[in-house]
Amino acid sequence: MRAGRVIFYWLGAMAVWLLLTWTVHWQSLVVGALVTLIAALAFGQQLPVMPLRLFNPRRWFWLLVYIPVFAWQCFKANLDVAMRVLSPGLQLRPGIVRMKTSLKTDIARTFLANSITLTPGTMTVEIKEDVLYIHWIDVQSEDPEKAARIIKGPFEKLLARIFD
Amino acid sequence: MTEPLGWVFIIAGVIFNVLGCLGLVRFPDLYNRMQAATKSVTLGTCGILFGIFLQTGFSALGIKALVAVLFVVINLPVASHALSRGSLINGVKLWKKTIKDEFTEDRGGASIIDTEDPE
Repeated sequence: MRAGRVIFYWLGAMAVWLLLTWTVHWQSLVVGALVTLIAALAFGQQLPVMPLRLFNPRRWFWLLVYIPVFAWQCFKANLDVAMRVLSPGLQLRPGIVRMKTSLKTDIARTFLANSITLTPGTMTVEIKEDVLYIHWIDVQSEDPEKAARIIKGPFEKLLARIFD
Repeated sequence: MTEPLGWVFIIAGVIFNVLGCLGLVRFPDLYNRMQAATKSVTLGTCGILFGIFLQTGFSALGIKALVAVLFVVINLPVASHALSRGSLINGVKLWKKTIKDEFTEDRGGASIIDTEDPE
């Protein structure tokens, strides 16, 4: 599986190189192939995704569902921040709450943490195993289960389908 | 058609960035400020980059802008996470009206919720 990861990393890095240079001149291709090969040999082992999982179309479908959901939540988060910034007396009730997640893999947890950070009023400050600590700008509920449901929103289910 | 739409995205992005900076000034402590900065700057910057993509189309510049959107969305939350975690561990005070801090509770340290007004 090691060689598989390196090759997969190489192809991915090459794709990014092609997008960034946006040319198929042979000099650019040779340099790109060399540079991305070095990068793949150095970092390929740390690739957090199992290459085989990438060939499952169901995961790609849920990724496509995830993107608009995420964009909409991100937009709502910004309206939320805008309202708080512009309101005269700062309406803040901040606190750091703990939350459990049922996601198994590191990459899924990373994406959950990132999604939480970009959604309204919440920011992940620490992950320990399956516990996330979240800075919440407006603590709406002190009950752990209800709080977890509000914070996770639609993301945990979607991410479980994509990565786990 | 896409050029005016691109301007809409760019202007909205700039407005969100300005609001984020305003939050940076107005919010009371590091953690709340980080929230304002992360969210607004992510959407604002992505808006500007996406506007550039709409204006230039599939050219070298437009594609670079799209790739940059991806990197910004992935990396900004990680940066804010690292900064706020480091601040918590090193005892940067939380605002006095903070309700609870289960992170410090679980670590077993002394409370770092501010007791008086910093101003």
